[in-house]
Amino acid sequence: MTAISSHPATSDALRAGSGSRGDVLDVSATRPIPLTRLIRVEMRKMRDTRSGTWLLSLVGAVAVLVTAGFFIFGDQDDRTFLNLLSMAGIPLGFALPVLGILLICSEWGQRTALVTFTLTPHRDRVLLAKVAAALLFAVGGIVIAAIPAAILASVGGAADPWDGVTAAVLARVLLAFVLGVVWGLAFGAALLNSALAIVAYFLVPTLIGIIGGIWSGAGDTLQWFDLNQSSSVLYDSGTVTGSQWAHLATGVLLWVAVPAVIGAWRVVRSEVK
Amino acid sequence: MITFENVSKRYGGFTAVDDVSFVARSGRVTGFLGPNGAGKSTSMRIMAGLTLPDRGVATIGGLKYADIPNPGRHVGVLLDASAQHAGRTGREVLQLSAMTMGLPSSHVDEMLETVGLTAAEAKRRVKNYSLGMRQRLGIANALIGKPSVLILDEPANGLDPAGIHWMRGLLRDFAAEGGTVLLSSHLLHEVEVIADDMVLIGRGTIVAQGTKKELLRTAGTFVRAEDPALLSKVLDDAGIAASPSGDGGLRTEAEPIAIGRAAAAAGVVLVELHPAEGAGLEEMFLQLTASDARETVTLEGVSA
Repeated sequence: MTAISSHPATSDALRAGSGSRGDVLDVSATRPIPLTRLIRVEMRKMRDTRSGTWLLSLVGAVAVLVTAGFFIFGDQDDRTFLNLLSMAGIPLGFALPVLGILLICSEWGQRTALVTFTLTPHRDRVLLAKVAAALLFAVGGIVIAAIPAAILASVGGAADPWDGVTAAVLARVLLAFVLGVVWGLAFGAALLNSALAIVAYFLVPTLIGIIGGIWSGAGDTLQWFDLNQSSSVLYDSGTVTGSQWAHLATGVLLWVAVPAVIGAWRVVRSEVK
Repeated sequence: MITFENVSKRYGGFTAVDDVSFVARSGRVTGFLGPNGAGKSTSMRIMAGLTLPDRGVATIGGLKYADIPNPGRHVGVLLDASAQHAGRTGREVLQLSAMTMGLPSSHVDEMLETVGLTAAEAKRRVKNYSLGMRQRLGIANALIGKPSVLILDEPANGLDPAGIHWMRGLLRDFAAEGGTVLLSSHLLHEVEVIADDMVLIGRGTIVAQGTKKELLRTAGTFVRAEDPALLSKVLDDAGIAASPSGDGGLRTEAEPIAIGRAAAAAGVVLVELHPAEGAGLEEMFLQLTASDARETVTLEGVSA
């Protein structure tokens, strides 16, 4: 092919930062995109769409209502920090996994992946940023829920407002939230379709529950697969036994790890059209 | 500069791109022309690193797309203006791209102004945008990183005549400053007006490529006689192959002088005799289109 003569320096000056405009791209002055920036971008994506804004506002409103309702109408001695936090945690537990699902699936459904993966061709980094963003939202949500819960508990007049509050219990509650979000993300990545992933996320535990109800003999076996059931012990203030951890682990392997692996493969390899 | 070397991509039994090689040079606008489904979009996705080719190498300025750090700062890509989140505002779409590339928000305002989207329009959600507005937003998104290479898939789609005129000026200026522009279209005229170089693709393979001048020149001769049937017979007798083209005229690969001599010898009165500029390209393009389209196109409808 014909070699193109280099262009006047003025054109470079006109477009500072664009690298050379000749036949070879001069990328020596360009830094790769840091992961922290990608995480900030993904966190922004969770709230800058109409659905994201509505979901977040709705969750906030419901959390406030539920907590306030519990405080006003509940028994005075029940106004402990853990009770109030678990009230606020109900809407959060529903919404945070859904936000995670939307964060991944909307890239396919709305086809924004075309732009996202063009700006960041290393898709594993985008996926990592999405997981980090969803987890930061989850942790942020719990912290925001914990502040009013702590205030209400301290003024609520319960006999022991800090009953059962230990580092281990708080860590387990956090783990439960994180697990829910990761579960949602894994389903989202594996299915790459918002509606399907949201339905599957809520339907799978229900179906297992129904099976357990009809087929009573399967109860012992099912607890190895019923992640919803086995993860509920994380909210208990008592100690979690070894076999309960084992049930949790198999459930996580089946419902989180397997779809996560499939999902990661799909996100990185599947073609965006 | 964008380089495609022997790039092939198959989907099951369907070959979308078959051994395609071409170069889009810097300082020039290259038109990537072909009917719908010819392999243009697949080729452009391969350029932007979204699709991995089965064989061959695609590079931009000597680098594979994935090896370009912060690629938005070097390559501006618009593959589908409709591929935007309907629930995001136009401004937010640009803001996300600027953020990803590490650019200040001032670039967003600058780009909105460049593509002619008003502040009020930028605040609306993309769902409420016309295709023309989406196209402008997509062009802004491609330009925001101040790249030196532009890859645009059907950028004129949905733009009104004034918008198309504006885009042509924009791309010409971009190339004049030394940038590389590759734009695709399924309309010959659209590309003909703006491109310096052209690459014609049909059914996944390159059918013709070169500068616009070259492609328009090698078109043969157009001739029209008072009595078309007689001319046809005379040329046949003289061993000159000719095919019907235009209003009773004939197109042939022979030089005008050979036809003039044959006609003079037989006493045929010629009405027109000149190089058939562009007709060759147009016929080639029509054939490409026709073989993929449902309708059959008669080449006699093509004027010289």
